[in-house]
Amino acid sequence: MTLLLVAAGAAVGAPTRFLTDAVIAHYAGRRLPWGTLAVNTAGSAVAMFLAVAVTDPLWTALLATGFCGALTTYSTLSYETLVLAEAGRWRAAAANVAANLACGLAAGLAGFALAHLATG
Amino acid sequence: MPRSDRPPLRDALRALPATALAAVAAGGAIGASARYGIATALPAEPGAFDLATFLTNTTGGLLIGALMATLTEIRPGPHWVRPFLGVGVLGGFTTFSTYIAGIGRALDAQAALLALGYAFATIAAALTAAAAGMWTARRLIATARREGP
Repeated sequence: MTLLLVAAGAAVGAPTRFLTDAVIAHYAGRRLPWGTLAVNTAGSAVAMFLAVAVTDPLWTALLATGFCGALTTYSTLSYETLVLAEAGRWRAAAANVAANLACGLAAGLAGFALAHLATG
Repeated sequence: MPRSDRPPLRDALRALPATALAAVAAGGAIGASARYGIATALPAEPGAFDLATFLTNTTGGLLIGALMATLTEIRPGPHWVRPFLGVGVLGGFTTFSTYIAGIGRALDAQAALLALGYAFATIAAALTAAAAGMWTARRLIATARREGP
């Protein structure tokens, strides 16, 4: 049951990442991987909000493990960083990792704080 | 590019094949299920290193490096391969949100060194693994071509 909920959440989260990336690349181009930064930031905020606000393990499986887990990605982050480094764009590669970490942590903290405010 | 040169977003989204979207969804479900399996087998103790997520993100890096080197340098394969395996399976297998949550849990437990160690160990290991995956795939491709048909 839990596994099915994880799969169902991911079946929505992964295409949401794919579409978000397409929309952002349409406006911002593909010189820098903005799409991955956007989904990783948003997913971190939602996951940290859920970590506080949701206690039912089934909802956690669907929304946090499934949806947020598949909305965000580490493999694409690693690959895109490597592509920048291979092109000799070392500063962009380092900035990409730093931006994902900083934005993910800041967004996670915001989600965490918001959930505490909302649940009292 | 000036704004006027850009086709409407609607057209760009319509150009995405429905099969690609379905492949991403199916692959994401498979990858996330595998991640859940590993997390269940190696449950993260509170205030301890989240080994399951670390291994997942590192393995995902190795596989994406090998996959992308193969697809970009040998043959692209059918159009659904990258959406299914790259965006779907590996994207759904690896996770950034659980990684951030792991750092947050360590910080919440006042374990600043653990948070720092986990954060940087994952980055270093995933990037090294992705580079190793790429390098290995390229070596295998080069060897196969030398001995080729």
